[in-house]
Amino acid sequence: MNNKPLRPLYIIPYGAWILFFVIAPIALIVYYSFFDLSGNFTFENYQNFFTSVYFKLTISSFWYAFLITFFSLLFAYPTAYFLTKTTHKQLWLLLIIIPSWINLLLKTYAFIGLLGLYGPVNAFLEMTGLGKQQLLFTDFSFVFVAVYIFIPFMILPIFNSLDKLSPALIDASYDLGANTWTTFRRVIFPLTLNGVKSGIQVVFIPALSLFMITRLIAGNKVITLGTAIEQQFLVTQNWGMGSTIAVFLILFMFIIMLVTSGSERGKTGNGKVK
Amino acid sequence: MKDIIRVAALIVVVSAILMFVNAKLNASGGPSAKGTISVYNWGEYIDPDLLKQFEKETGIKVIYETFDSNEGMMGKIEQGGTSYDITMPSEYAIAMMAEKDLLLPIDLEKIPNIKHIDPYFLDLAFDPNNKYSIPYFWGTLGIAYNPSLLEGQTFESWDNLWNSSLKNEVVLVDSAREVIGMGLNSLGNSLNSTDLDELREATDKLKKMSPNVKAVIGDEVTQLMVNEEAAVALTWSGQAADMMYENENIDYIVPEEGSNLWFDNMVIPRTASNLEGAYAFINFMLDPEVAAQNADYVGYSTPNKTALDLMDPEVTSDERFYPDEEARDHLEVYKNLGLEMLGHYNELFLEFKMDMK
Repeated sequence: MNNKPLRPLYIIPYGAWILFFVIAPIALIVYYSFFDLSGNFTFENYQNFFTSVYFKLTISSFWYAFLITFFSLLFAYPTAYFLTKTTHKQLWLLLIIIPSWINLLLKTYAFIGLLGLYGPVNAFLEMTGLGKQQLLFTDFSFVFVAVYIFIPFMILPIFNSLDKLSPALIDASYDLGANTWTTFRRVIFPLTLNGVKSGIQVVFIPALSLFMITRLIAGNKVITLGTAIEQQFLVTQNWGMGSTIAVFLILFMFIIMLVTSGSERGKTGNGKVK
Repeated sequence: MKDIIRVAALIVVVSAILMFVNAKLNASGGPSAKGTISVYNWGEYIDPDLLKQFEKETGIKVIYETFDSNEGMMGKIEQGGTSYDITMPSEYAIAMMAEKDLLLPIDLEKIPNIKHIDPYFLDLAFDPNNKYSIPYFWGTLGIAYNPSLLEGQTFESWDNLWNSSLKNEVVLVDSAREVIGMGLNSLGNSLNSTDLDELREATDKLKKMSPNVKAVIGDEVTQLMVNEEAAVALTWSGQAADMMYENENIDYIVPEEGSNLWFDNMVIPRTASNLEGAYAFINFMLDPEVAAQNADYVGYSTPNKTALDLMDPEVTSDERFYPDEEARDHLEVYKNLGLEMLGHYNELFLEFKMDMK
């Protein structure tokens, strides 16, 4: 073990990475948020954020992020559950992961074709007698495409925690007289809650700042905080205001992280004491 | 420890290979004595054959990149780290860039082909005496529509867009000045208005249009119109020309209350490294035959008077794309309103978009 004295050196790449690519950018964002267009120090951007337009924007961002997360979870949990029951789980899992290797924009453009007035989805609807529907540029298509994009990230952590679950616990639950529903509610779900929580984190947070598909799929009828940041930086060139919105986005993310990870620690603590 | 050394060695080897390949690729780009120029242009805004022709005629290699907004382009040039020799901003952006000292003055002596340009397009308010810019294309903002999808609805006036028969049919361009400008125009105000009350009034009027708005998008609108998925679009003349080229049902009109007249000019940004190449490129693009071929491909209107004679008279006499001077005087050119006002326009536009539910 002659490399022992070198051990502290190993922290250097990690430390440098965190410093340059995590701390420095966040510090810069906070710094820029205190300057107005002409470069004067100001709190105006923060005052501006609390005007009705940005407030409404924040509320609607949260609402859509909530919808996306909710439907992802609704479909991901049963999917992950059945995956663990299949014989070739790794293969099935791979099939779910592969689409996430394809570029996001490419997938989004594909949906423009699929959901169009003359696309295959409408052709099918017409065949079934439902008639043509305006699908593109609706809330439905926005949430649908977003769920499609995020669902692998929800399935993976849930799958992992379900897969780790010992079958002995489930058998024990049945032996003690619990029915299927009670077993799920009292044994399976609580034990996979960590997977659900990390799934929610990786879906909800990016969903808050989605921006490209708001334009391509929702035709800007859905506006998120991400769209507003993009506009401030690229069009208005008001870096201060853009940074201010970004600061709030970071704050919201922190709160979500606290909510989804903090309560769990408290719970296990309580459980042990009692 | 051994692993670290191995990884480090691997990185060095890979970098060396990449550097070698890079050098090879650059060297294989033909005679480099004349050097290269990099051109930073709007998407779909030049006939690619002309770039090859230019390379062949002059021996200068062209590196070609595209942008999709004046602001994005300015941001990139302002941040530095680029070496664009030519770019094509719109008029208000030229004024902004000149103000920020991002442009090099142009020596008109070195561009003999400027004699082909219609004097109407020279010495305009945004760039007196063409100190910084040379005309490339011009056009208008108007309404593209497909009569076969509409029951007799016509668009002499902007107000027609508010008609209740157009429910969920209108596609707007995702750009604050165009949309707010439309609101201002429809109320008979200037699209360079900085009067806060006028702007508020325009935004409130636009909000009443929201049931008619199908989407607020960018270049994707061309495909939607061509596929007849949308019936009406607020768009630029050249984009409308693209649509009409692919779908004969589509028509284009500039409403009578007036609209925006715009110019995209060639400029040499401060980042230029090959001035001689840049001048050669500008002069080449002003050559009547080249300009005619380019206008034919791109679909926007050329300011090149000599080129007009070489083009299909059916196109050049089309009042929709080549309005005469009298009609042009009815239109308005964007002024640089300053960043603060631009921010206000964008905030109102955001408010309008938020209200579209």
